[in-house]
Amino acid sequence: MSKTTIRFDGLTLGYDRRPAVHHLSGEIASGSLMAVVGPNGAGKSTLLKGIVGTLRPLSGRIDVSLDVRSRIAYLPQAAEIDRSFPISVYDIVAMGLWFRTGLFGGIGAKDRTRIEEALSAVGLIGFERRPISTLSGGQMQRALFARLLIQDAPVILLDEPFTAIDEKTTSDLLALVKRWHHEKRTVVAVLHDLDVVRRVFPETLLIAREPVAWGETKGVLSAENLLKARSMVEAYDPYAEACSRNAA
Amino acid sequence: MTAIMFDFLIAPFSEFAFMQRALVGTIAIALGGGPVGVFLMLRRMSLTGDAMAHAILPGAAFGYLLAGLSLPAMTIGGLIAGVVVAIAAGLVSRLTTLKEDASLAAFYLLSLALGVTIVSLRGSNVDLLHVLFGTVLALDDSTLLLLASISSITLVALAVLYRPLVLECVDPTFLRSVSRTGTPTHLIFLGLVVMNLVGGFHALGTLLAVGMMMLPAAAARFWSEDITIMMLWSIAIGIVSGVGGLLLSFHAELPAGPAIILVAGGLYVLSLVFGREGGLLWLVMPGRHLEA
Repeated sequence: MSKTTIRFDGLTLGYDRRPAVHHLSGEIASGSLMAVVGPNGAGKSTLLKGIVGTLRPLSGRIDVSLDVRSRIAYLPQAAEIDRSFPISVYDIVAMGLWFRTGLFGGIGAKDRTRIEEALSAVGLIGFERRPISTLSGGQMQRALFARLLIQDAPVILLDEPFTAIDEKTTSDLLALVKRWHHEKRTVVAVLHDLDVVRRVFPETLLIAREPVAWGETKGVLSAENLLKARSMVEAYDPYAEACSRNAA
Repeated sequence: MTAIMFDFLIAPFSEFAFMQRALVGTIAIALGGGPVGVFLMLRRMSLTGDAMAHAILPGAAFGYLLAGLSLPAMTIGGLIAGVVVAIAAGLVSRLTTLKEDASLAAFYLLSLALGVTIVSLRGSNVDLLHVLFGTVLALDDSTLLLLASISSITLVALAVLYRPLVLECVDPTFLRSVSRTGTPTHLIFLGLVVMNLVGGFHALGTLLAVGMMMLPAAAARFWSEDITIMMLWSIAIGIVSGVGGLLLSFHAELPAGPAIILVAGGLYVLSLVFGREGGLLWLVMPGRHLEA
């Protein structure tokens, strides 16, 4: 039995009282490599925000083991980064040291070595001084994966890491994901490419606001389940009433 | 030749105490306002800075109404008004459907009208000019001390908050995932903006104070792709504007505050045209492309 790191209990997440993830229960075991799949508006990104703790549950609970709570590495969707900001690739990667340095901590020789190793692992040697505004989408994603490497966290959350990224970059970065899995880290990734999910991710959560299926990837991604998820409507009922299924 | 240069560049400052004081004051303003302006610009809050500069007016005017042209009264009044408007604009945009820029425009028009009205209640047109355009050539000891303190506090605070400030601009989601310093950092930063605007207000007046903050920062954007170097550029451009503006006002007998801002504006236009990073000249004549 592996130790549970993240557990959901009747979890409802949303904005302005309107649920985006509705009544989710279950657990992500320590060391899992899990894909989160579902149509647009299914609540996938919302779920990650809930786990990171930047979004409070509307009801229900998320329990994250204490030793992990402050050590979650999170890669937001690409659109949330200001690419025009005048900062170098090296500095973006060095941000991953935040857990160790905080506001004032210095960056020592050891850290510099780690940053160089991370840059080399993602194939960005020689890009250190480049401003991020000059990077292509794929190079930017490589830099952000280097930052994840530096964060050295037991839990890693990836929000659509391979959207609009070419095949070569995707396979390079997937190699890192596999490496993390071998290192027994918990990896949860929001993905749209079902081939990648089937090939690499043993476990899948199929979600369409409410969980449709959760478990071994092959079983979850059945034609029947996918059809069910697709029929989810991006409903917005202006006169919606309070949900009566509240978890006690 | 050197004698002419000396007469033109140095003599005004070596001979006249009021010019020395003005020089010290503008350098202090450039040291604090330069980096704050860079962060305002990178956070896309340039207009917020402008609106807050106007918002200071009714507070300072109220201080004036109570105590005349008194430094502490107008400073405290200005600080309170600036903070109130910054928070109010934030709340209005968060709680209503009005976007922040629209609510800021509403606040600043209201502030300007209110401030001018309050000053007119008691003062003369000279006082009104003083409030609107400042008195950089008549800075007394306590005002100089205030300006120096503001720039010192600003530089220390920016050094302490540097990492979260940068992170909040470039990748706020990441900052929120690793730390809870985002919101306090933002609030302290707004406080620094208000403080620097109040300082600038004493020297340059409510209408031009923001000029020493935004023009050097906007010009600096054309000279570097790295935020630390950009801040140094911004400070340097601010200081050059101060010196140049004071000399211009001395020799051409122009009002000093507007002369300083005119020089800063001129440096901005020069940077816009000749700047290494995205200046217009390099757009027109990009040169031959490189090998890789």
